[in-house]
Amino acid sequence: MTDGVSYSKSELMIAASARLLGGVSNCFVGVGLPNIVCNLAQRTVAPELQLVYESGVFGARPERLPLSIGDPTLATGSTAVTSMFELFAFYLQAGLIDVAFLGGAQIDRHGNLNTTVIGDYEHPKVRLPGSGGACEIAIHARRILVIMRQAQRSFVERLDFRTSPGHSGDPAHDADRGWHGSGPTNVVTDLATYGFDAETGEMLLHTLHPGVSVDDVRSSMGWEPKISDDLDETAAPTDEELRLIREELDPGGVYTK
Amino acid sequence: MQDAVRELVRDGDTVAIEGFTHLICFAAGHEIIRQRRRDLTLARMTPDVIYDQMIGAGVASKLIFSWMGNPGVGNLHAVRRRVERGDPEPLELEEYSHFGMVCRYMAGAANLPFFPIRSYYESDIPRVNPKIVPMDSPYDDRERVYVVPPLRPDVAIVHAQRADAGGDTQIWGLMGCQKEVAFAGRKVIVVVEEVVDESLIRRDPNRTVIPGAVVDAVVEEPFACHPSFAQGYYDRDNRFYLEWDRIAKEPESLEAWLDEWVYGLSDHREYVEKYGDAYWDSLRPGPASSGEVDYGRYA
Repeated sequence: MTDGVSYSKSELMIAASARLLGGVSNCFVGVGLPNIVCNLAQRTVAPELQLVYESGVFGARPERLPLSIGDPTLATGSTAVTSMFELFAFYLQAGLIDVAFLGGAQIDRHGNLNTTVIGDYEHPKVRLPGSGGACEIAIHARRILVIMRQAQRSFVERLDFRTSPGHSGDPAHDADRGWHGSGPTNVVTDLATYGFDAETGEMLLHTLHPGVSVDDVRSSMGWEPKISDDLDETAAPTDEELRLIREELDPGGVYTK
Repeated sequence: MQDAVRELVRDGDTVAIEGFTHLICFAAGHEIIRQRRRDLTLARMTPDVIYDQMIGAGVASKLIFSWMGNPGVGNLHAVRRRVERGDPEPLELEEYSHFGMVCRYMAGAANLPFFPIRSYYESDIPRVNPKIVPMDSPYDDRERVYVVPPLRPDVAIVHAQRADAGGDTQIWGLMGCQKEVAFAGRKVIVVVEEVVDESLIRRDPNRTVIPGAVVDAVVEEPFACHPSFAQGYYDRDNRFYLEWDRIAKEPESLEAWLDEWVYGLSDHREYVEKYGDAYWDSLRPGPASSGEVDYGRYA
């Protein structure tokens, strides 16, 4: 809380993420927070933003908050509805997607993501949803933004399963991959925001949310974080961002309370 | 629907009920449960509540998929019980990514031995699914793709807004891979909100996604997608998806739900009556007509 204005952690995550979309054209949207993030960005920093959903919608103009990425409000009034083959082949694989949001149950320091299993694959402790489109999105979207809550069990030294590739830790190798994607560029959590070190492809602590200390961050991840020389505080949501989130994007507070 | 399932779906078959959030034919799933089919391999990009119901009811021994979950809500409890604890018995999994699944249907539909895609690089998915195979381009050996095998379900079940009696089928809204799975299926059941006159189909041929030539049975079954939706006909019943999370959490409550809503009813018409008109009215969307294009008459 700053300046007597109160906001939730989710609202801070949404505002911080939306600002990362400045100038972006085509954005692959996920359900939940990323959906609100993209709609907020469209009303603030990225008026040209086309919302793309893996369900086959390009240029969605949802009139209500969709619970799923296949909500009927996404089709009505959109620029185009395509088959899923076209969406993945012509839009994603051919390189039209500028930014995509991903999350996961586990992330490592290089931004690799696990959405498949916790524990052994054959005898999982927890069976997670699997890839969906995440594996190919991670490879083809020009950059990946990750929104996740941060904890020891989710920010891990070693993934139990690598569903979606991030950086390899060897920038020469990454540059030689020939993918459209340059991998994850930002991570926004409930405690902080991160970029990635160009030299090592490793997550780099950029900003701490108001009231959060480096020790809080350190105790919520499975490796010793690299810290930016310009470590700053995450800017609080503006009045206008909060108004848009609360009055237009999620008036029921489904995702933002 | 009873006849179509009785005649076309056999124990041990590979069955695909597709539809990406949209046009998922729950009524067909319920009929398969009611007729107590066993040992099915169920294929579907997104096993969601419909396959949780079917797998909870014991119709399947294997699942081919790319994302499993209750979209926007969370887990599939019945599927997870079987995968994590073998309760009441194990469930074999064969998993892909979405693009991989779509392209399996594409290869099946186009009579190709495999389909190449740029995915799976540096992912663990091919490690646990040996059917996903790396291949160098025959034209440029620096280009590496992964290939996936064709998927030709014994039975493909596709819901659509409308078809004529011959099975010429029109869809609007999210397409999922309804077209691909229909052409890939060895037998195809089309279920529609309305069977319409052939002349209505012919007025707008660009909207025809599946020709009757590949369709084995046409079933008219209004509200057959509930709690999924049919664009322009009824909304997704998000309340049910949230409610399912509670129902499926324990085997006992899942069984009680199946008794009340599947085994206890003779067909989908009774399911629709049980909800009542007011309920269906609450799911009806407002109008948003596309208008019409003029194809021109060239006599």
